[in-house]
Amino acid sequence: MQRVYNKQIMRGVNLTCVKAEKFKTGCLSMTLITQLDKKTAAMNAMLPSVLRRGTARLPDMESIAAELDDMYGVRIEPALRKKGELQCIGFYADFPDDAFLPDGRNILEKTADLMGEMLLQPATSGGRLKAEYVDSERENLISDIKAEINDKRTYASMRLTEMMFKGERYGISRLGSLHDAEKITVHSLTRHYRELISSSIIQVFYCGAAEPEYVEQVIRGALATLPRVETYNMPTTELLTEEWTEPVKYLTEKMDVTQGKLVMGYRLGEAMRRPNHAALMVFNAVFGGAVTSKLFMNVRERLSLCYYASSGVDRLKGIMRVSSGIEFSKYNEALSEIERQLESVKNGEILPIEMEGAKKAVITAIYSALDEPGGLESLYLDESILGLSGDPSDLVPMVSEVTMEQVAKIADCAKLDSVYFLTGEDDNA
Amino acid sequence: MLKLFEYGKIGECAWRDELPNGLRLCVVPKPGYRKKMAFFAANYGGADRKFMLSEDWIETPAGVAHFLEHKMFDVEGGENALTTLSSRGASANAFTASNMTAYHFECTDMFYENLELLLKFVSTPYFTKDSVEKEQGIISQEIKMVEDEPDYAVYYGLIRNLYDSNPVRDPVAGSVESIRLIDPDLLYNCHRVFYTPSNMVLVAVGDIDPVKIRDLAFKILPEYNLPPARRDYGDAGGEYPNQLHFEKEMEVGAPIFLAGAKTKAGLSGDDMLRFELTASLALSVLMGRGSPLYNRMYSEGLVNDTFYYDFESTAGVSFLSFGGESQNPEQVCLRVLDEAERLVTSGVEQKFFARRQRSAYGHEIRGLNSFDNICYNVTVAGFNRYDYFKTVDVLESITAEDVRRFLAKYLRPELLAISTVRCARGEKDV
Repeated sequence: MQRVYNKQIMRGVNLTCVKAEKFKTGCLSMTLITQLDKKTAAMNAMLPSVLRRGTARLPDMESIAAELDDMYGVRIEPALRKKGELQCIGFYADFPDDAFLPDGRNILEKTADLMGEMLLQPATSGGRLKAEYVDSERENLISDIKAEINDKRTYASMRLTEMMFKGERYGISRLGSLHDAEKITVHSLTRHYRELISSSIIQVFYCGAAEPEYVEQVIRGALATLPRVETYNMPTTELLTEEWTEPVKYLTEKMDVTQGKLVMGYRLGEAMRRPNHAALMVFNAVFGGAVTSKLFMNVRERLSLCYYASSGVDRLKGIMRVSSGIEFSKYNEALSEIERQLESVKNGEILPIEMEGAKKAVITAIYSALDEPGGLESLYLDESILGLSGDPSDLVPMVSEVTMEQVAKIADCAKLDSVYFLTGEDDNA
Repeated sequence: MLKLFEYGKIGECAWRDELPNGLRLCVVPKPGYRKKMAFFAANYGGADRKFMLSEDWIETPAGVAHFLEHKMFDVEGGENALTTLSSRGASANAFTASNMTAYHFECTDMFYENLELLLKFVSTPYFTKDSVEKEQGIISQEIKMVEDEPDYAVYYGLIRNLYDSNPVRDPVAGSVESIRLIDPDLLYNCHRVFYTPSNMVLVAVGDIDPVKIRDLAFKILPEYNLPPARRDYGDAGGEYPNQLHFEKEMEVGAPIFLAGAKTKAGLSGDDMLRFELTASLALSVLMGRGSPLYNRMYSEGLVNDTFYYDFESTAGVSFLSFGGESQNPEQVCLRVLDEAERLVTSGVEQKFFARRQRSAYGHEIRGLNSFDNICYNVTVAGFNRYDYFKTVDVLESITAEDVRRFLAKYLRPELLAISTVRCARGEKDV
């Protein structure tokens, strides 16, 4: 089985190491955990891409690419994730294990060193980040923000989040806003970078065949010049635990699409006061997360109201989103059927196959994530944000014990906040 | 007889067998993993539209293979195999491409029971008029959903540029109109002709017992060994594209494009593997992340990190493509062609080539982590009669001159067609 090593190796730097020999590749990530904030979101979003453009030693992408090629095509990619009200930025790398390469030596150490260089010794000019890189990555960020409209399903979900949390941190996109992106200058980004690199908590994750003690030594070396201050506090996410009693907000927008996208946002309120993560996962799988769920079996299969209908819970914020693709004319029908299905969970009308199917799906998902380096990385990042330290598989016995009453109780706490509909028709609902 | 093949260099091995009914089986042991996967595929896809059915050529509407895939999950008695697999915690799914239909599941528990069910439901057709009509509604929604995706539009735009009559021109799922022509009889016929064991491959990956898997396949699948149906993809239309340009407006944030050219088709066995690897390596040398061209275009803002290239070989056709977001797709094409010409004229520098080759080697090793990737590639290799696990050996044998010759032959202005999706509203403020 996998051995996990968790240690603070420098002030504000935590290393999680999973020793596993079954993988063909290792993975390494370095993540700065920052507060999601309107003022800095766009700058944070573009920073890893700017740092990825060049280092003091390897001043452009071409020389970085040459070095990565020599290391058998190691990938080091900018990583940008929104977790609750946190914006996690940094780099994620995966690389073939030395054992499977004709002359593989120390790929891990070389990768860590190069990633450390990207974070700490960027290419500069006159003491600032290179204007050429900042300008071009700002344009890339602007086009990424504009391209959020391309995937209509994700776009609809983003519009819903903005609706539910207008003016609040959680409503901010992981890319920041177009307006803020356009204002970024070499000066403001350089200042922000220096501030961030010394003040942020850094989570380092490694999974692979190397011994944890060796990994620690490698990471200490790679981050040797990391500036650190006296104390570090983990940024927080405001978890919503109050019962929601406001009227439901509705918004319909028109676009040239052939299929409508219906997205509904719920607040889980009291269910988040002393959250039982296992019960939340089972609840979500019963309602809309699994193939045996109420939404899949009824809204899609039995009534053919949609092509897809699924739910997802953000346990860092205490909300649930339901997402569905429907014909324009089915808006009212789909909306009330989704509500009716939630009502039935609340009333405890849960078939044994729904309950068992949900639990088994959750357990399979946990075990499967443990068999993938990327899945492990994400699980452990969530754990460190939530301040948990156990093995993710510890959840399995708790999942098995979740009762129907616990699931019904969570459904009872779920209150509809907003409904967003993307339609292609003028006259609707 | 199950036979063990070992590939020490990449730390893999595989048990293989061909059953009396013609089914090809491959089990890839993965000790230490809790997850297990099975992948059962028919060499039958969206492009297999015209085929021989007892002495006669028949033509079927677009979308039958995909429709069949949806309906195979129905089990007599009103049960649904997907629900049964899911209720056991397996994560099951299926997909149809232009050249295959595949059913697969991943699980951590009850693997053999799940495998038994997979083999049973895929080999036992059960369709009714009602269930077929209902599925027409569901699939119409699926078709509409993908029609809103710009990547889909740009892809089929390119395919239609390249080919003027091949069935790959039509979307695998068909159209809302074409699937109305489907009835239970048609589905039964197509199942009989294409889901014969000799036209199928079964792959399983995980900490599992190859003998038990072989025995289950032997017990459940039909005994007969019928040769797969003859099929006709029509004419791939020579080396030149059918037309050079396709353009469409959609609500996108930035214009996207896909350019491409036809390449040599109809290969099989080791020749096919070698050609595909040569193509990928040539494209990587020309415009991969580590190439001077990509880095120059990126620095100038001509492309961004959505830029990609691909090589596809399917249903009697094969083509290269590259694309992504760009404000000036024509300029990207010109630059690609110029760089290709430079490499063809002055040769591919040996040191640079060796670096790209190492990178490709690492990429192949990385792919061995993914059960999906192994299953898919072993299946494609099975259909085309080569050994996927020999990929890195073939890769190492490709030379800079092979790559130069590929570029000389296929990266020529007169061969390149381009498909573009432009912004419907121009600049949009978010």
